[in-house]
Amino acid sequence: MYKRTLAIALAALTALPAAADPDPTDWPAVKAEAQGETVYWNAWGGSEAVNGLIDWIATQAAAEGVTLEHVKLSDTSEAVSRVLAEKSAGKTTDGGIDLIWLNGANFAAMKEQGLLFGPWAEALPNRALTDPRNPALSADFTVPTEGMESPWGLAQLVFFHDSARLPEPPRSMQALLDWAEQNPGRFTFPQPPDFLGPTFLKQALIELGSDPEALQRPVSEADYDAVTAPLWAYLDALTPLLWRQGRAYPQNAARMVQLMADNEIDIGFDFNPNAAANAIAAGQLPPTVRSHIHDGGTLGNASFVAIPFNANAKAGAMVVADILLSPEAQARMADPAVWGLGTVLDLERLSPAQREPFKAASVGPETLSSQQLGTPLPEPHSSWTVALERDWTARYGTTR
Amino acid sequence: MADTLHLDHLRIAQNGREMLRIDATIAPGEVFSVMGPSGIGKSTLLAAIIGMLPKGFTLDGGILLGRADITALPPERRHIGILFQDALLFPHLSVGGNLAFGLPRGGNRKQRVAEALDSIGLPGFSDRDPATLSGGQKARVALMRVLLSQPRALLLDEPFSRLDTELRAQVRDMVFTRARAAKLPVLLVTHDSEDARAAEGPVLTLVRPDA
Amino acid sequence: MDGCSRTGLDSALRHHPVSLLRAAPSLTLVMLLGPVAAGLAGTLLPAIGVMPALGAHQPGFGPVSDLLAWPGLPRAAGLSLWTGLVSTLLALALCFAICAAWHGTRAFVWLERALAPLLSLPHAAAAFGLAFLIAPSGWISRLIAPLAGWERPPDVLILQDHAGLALIAGLVLKELPFLLLMSLAALPALRPGEALATARTLGYGRMMGWAKTVLPRLYPQIRLPVYAVLAYSMSVVDVAMILGPGAPPTLAVQVLRWMSDPDLALRLRAAAGALLLLALTLGALGLWRLGENITRRLAQGWLTAGCRGRRDAAPRAIALGTGVLGAGALFAGLGLLALWSVAGFWGFPALMPSSFTAQGWQHAPLGPAAETAVIAGAATAIALALTLASLEAECRFGLVPGARALALLYLPLIIPQIAFLPGLQVLALISGIDGTRGAVIAAHVVFVLPYVFLSLSDPWRGFDPRQAAVARALGASTARVFWRVRLPMLLRPVLTATAVGCAVSVGQYLPTLLLGAGRVPTLTTEAVALAAGGQRRLIGVTALAQTAAAFLPFVLALAIPALVFRNRREMRHG
Repeated sequence: MYKRTLAIALAALTALPAAADPDPTDWPAVKAEAQGETVYWNAWGGSEAVNGLIDWIATQAAAEGVTLEHVKLSDTSEAVSRVLAEKSAGKTTDGGIDLIWLNGANFAAMKEQGLLFGPWAEALPNRALTDPRNPALSADFTVPTEGMESPWGLAQLVFFHDSARLPEPPRSMQALLDWAEQNPGRFTFPQPPDFLGPTFLKQALIELGSDPEALQRPVSEADYDAVTAPLWAYLDALTPLLWRQGRAYPQNAARMVQLMADNEIDIGFDFNPNAAANAIAAGQLPPTVRSHIHDGGTLGNASFVAIPFNANAKAGAMVVADILLSPEAQARMADPAVWGLGTVLDLERLSPAQREPFKAASVGPETLSSQQLGTPLPEPHSSWTVALERDWTARYGTTR
Repeated sequence: MADTLHLDHLRIAQNGREMLRIDATIAPGEVFSVMGPSGIGKSTLLAAIIGMLPKGFTLDGGILLGRADITALPPERRHIGILFQDALLFPHLSVGGNLAFGLPRGGNRKQRVAEALDSIGLPGFSDRDPATLSGGQKARVALMRVLLSQPRALLLDEPFSRLDTELRAQVRDMVFTRARAAKLPVLLVTHDSEDARAAEGPVLTLVRPDA
Repeated sequence: MDGCSRTGLDSALRHHPVSLLRAAPSLTLVMLLGPVAAGLAGTLLPAIGVMPALGAHQPGFGPVSDLLAWPGLPRAAGLSLWTGLVSTLLALALCFAICAAWHGTRAFVWLERALAPLLSLPHAAAAFGLAFLIAPSGWISRLIAPLAGWERPPDVLILQDHAGLALIAGLVLKELPFLLLMSLAALPALRPGEALATARTLGYGRMMGWAKTVLPRLYPQIRLPVYAVLAYSMSVVDVAMILGPGAPPTLAVQVLRWMSDPDLALRLRAAAGALLLLALTLGALGLWRLGENITRRLAQGWLTAGCRGRRDAAPRAIALGTGVLGAGALFAGLGLLALWSVAGFWGFPALMPSSFTAQGWQHAPLGPAAETAVIAGAATAIALALTLASLEAECRFGLVPGARALALLYLPLIIPQIAFLPGLQVLALISGIDGTRGAVIAAHVVFVLPYVFLSLSDPWRGFDPRQAAVARALGASTARVFWRVRLPMLLRPVLTATAVGCAVSVGQYLPTLLLGAGRVPTLTTEAVALAAGGQRRLIGVTALAQTAAAFLPFVLALAIPALVFRNRREMRHG
């Protein structure tokens, strides 16, 4: 079977020209080709807020003649696995996935393995509404995007606490450790490989004074042991003070929110500035919950969409990605009542009428304003995520 | 209609080992009794005659109804009816449904079922659940079910052994009378000599071939 | 008499449908084993380092040594073995204890009635419910909180404990109903009432009498389902993620983590891990068999040693108490999920939600519900047709299946899903059927069929052959005997098998996801995707919808015979 697979793969690679792919620079042709296409967008389906926004995007796409189907994933890796399986089976056209919501390590892996179509993202008409110098859009965890994925929202690490139980939360990693000594068992973080776990580790690595330059380059080019030594010392002190003495961890952010609601922990965090407000609206957290960040700022990154190399409806996928960048969609996404992710558009480039809905959206007391959030810290190179995750698992994830 | 049932040098073997031999001619209206201890193969003989010999058994010789050799026919085309010690009425069908099951196609089936029920003293029982009948009533329905299928011979596998003494004579009498009236050759398998005596026909006692 | 004739075989064989029927048992095995074998091959290759899509072409021991070098391996593998063996042993012991103590009594009838809803409860939903019941901040803890003066839940490791006790409890609760169902199906043929009555007149206590006269005959009847339970417990993913430890998790969960890691090179390690899991499962089965032999030897003397066990009131009470407690825990969990589905904010230590909302039910997943029904219906229909055809062929042509063929039937249940489904997905891609409803249905058949066969084969083989003989002698053909006598008389077991099949299909997650390309959304894929967001309200809604989808066929399986045979006394029981 394997030999046949390989044969089919080779035959397909050599025999089928890529000429059938749409040319992103010829936008009228892309729009014309997209007519009547069905786009299967594989996107995490764990949030009613996000699912609602995608439903609305689908109505916008329908107006452009594109049918958008949301394939709800419990983990982005399911989509990566599928594209990989399709490549294994020699399916180089008519793939099952047209668009993937991803970023960071998943993007790096797919780009490296040649699983993505592109470049196309910088040719989208609405891309002109973004700031081309914005580093969050041109690099994803320091891996250059090079037009292989298109941004659609800005996320930032934000902590939250219940002001009724904890009036003054710690605002640095060191303060967090001091607080944990006074309040053992009241803090935890999602267990790696859930992306929030490594995010916490990276935030700590940065705050504990690691060389920021080293983090921007691949791990292989740095003195890993020296750079990470302060982190492991910190974790050796913190871990016994964690929830369940660090013998168990929540599986993901959602579980951490539950622990917060169940009064098992006092501080939580998520990669969405509006997470607390969303959880309060969904009845998951009490209205007394407030957001806070650490004094030196917190990590931020962008969410992207990418098109697999073998997508069936590439033109339709580009049309959807362009809709995601439209001022209407961005304003809706940024509205805390809908989702509350940061916009990727440069508001200076919008007309006053287009800018209006962004201003109208009100930020509640539970959410930090963009001034309070400040400039997000850049993500380290994605190889750090992999290395920290592996090392953490070996140190704390297998033996306790 | 009235044919002779001829068992022509039947020999039944289990996994190559001979189990029993029989050569018999049963005239229309005659009841031929086969006796013998349990395990001798009486029931296997009946299974062979209706064409449902279990795996592992082999049959030599011929089974003839009149002049027709039915040895190779499937059971449903042999027209040989059988009654077991249990009435074995189909529990999912009504009493009337049980009778209609054996009735050949065509005609006014409802009426024929009703007439048949009248004739066994169970008028109006057509819609009854067989589970609600008494033992004697069940036996009568089972007999009538066989007769309605217009068999050309009748096999009886200890059909009276589950009935109490009083009922036993009554049912036995009815079965024999009906079978004789229909001029059916009847093969009765029993280990009760009272049954064989009441049959008033030839009696064959099987013994083990090695005995 | 075997109830079916072979004398008419020669003439009958000339008819086409009959030769199809004759091929049914082989066809069934191909439908089952083809996908498993193909899938296994697809896992074996990456495990020895061959995955062309990642540029790995050279076979070698790289992935295996990489796996062995992973520091958590001994604990993860040990945890899988320990939780699998202990939960199976406990579930089986409880099953026997309950049967021994109460079979044939009114209390047992009540337990029997609770079985169908308990079987319908999806594993993940049961685990969620149990977790919310027993967690330190769970409902039981909230009951105690005012008495103990807790403002905060105690910081104790009840869920996700390192010994896997919570996981074992969850597995026992969910497997006990299945083993009871299988025992109930096998028991009538053993005439336990007569054996027990005899033993009791000889002076044996109820439990001891049952253990000495019925159990030794019952165990061989449910041995294969027990193996399936053992294999399932070792490879289960969803329950282990919710209740099991995380650092490290069981091997099955760890393999899934590697498979979903952004570092694609870990796929090779994952494949090696999946094969190790398969080897561990086979090893556990071997260990279990060894245990069987030792037990049999030890029991030989004990059976006839004469101890009567007359005073068994206490063990009987304990058996009933545990059974009621288990069923109660599952029902309480279901009730709590129902409460969550309409809850507003509900914090510790509140016993009830602070507010209620119908929001969760406003987006009731109607599309996925219909898809679930279509897939479950089709997969079960195919499985039922193949099973009936095989059983009928077995009966008509005397094709008696050997123990080996029966064991093959269980392969899809014994081989961990993660060891062959990824390979199967590649096969589906090559054949171009992936992403279609048909592919999903075909994959479901692989898992539905063994359960349907299991539920149906005993009643079918136990059918009184004289009923068929009478019908044939009355002039009915084999086909007529099948349609008019055997099938209607066995309507109840057929419908029960259908319900079991539907419940199995409704619960399938990985096969639906992998072969459906995410384009065939069912209640279960929706439930898992939404559960990723962790909103208990949504988990409550989808879990109830899933339970209802699996429960409905059980209700029909009870209601249809009751309706059709309302005037047939013998058809209403068993």
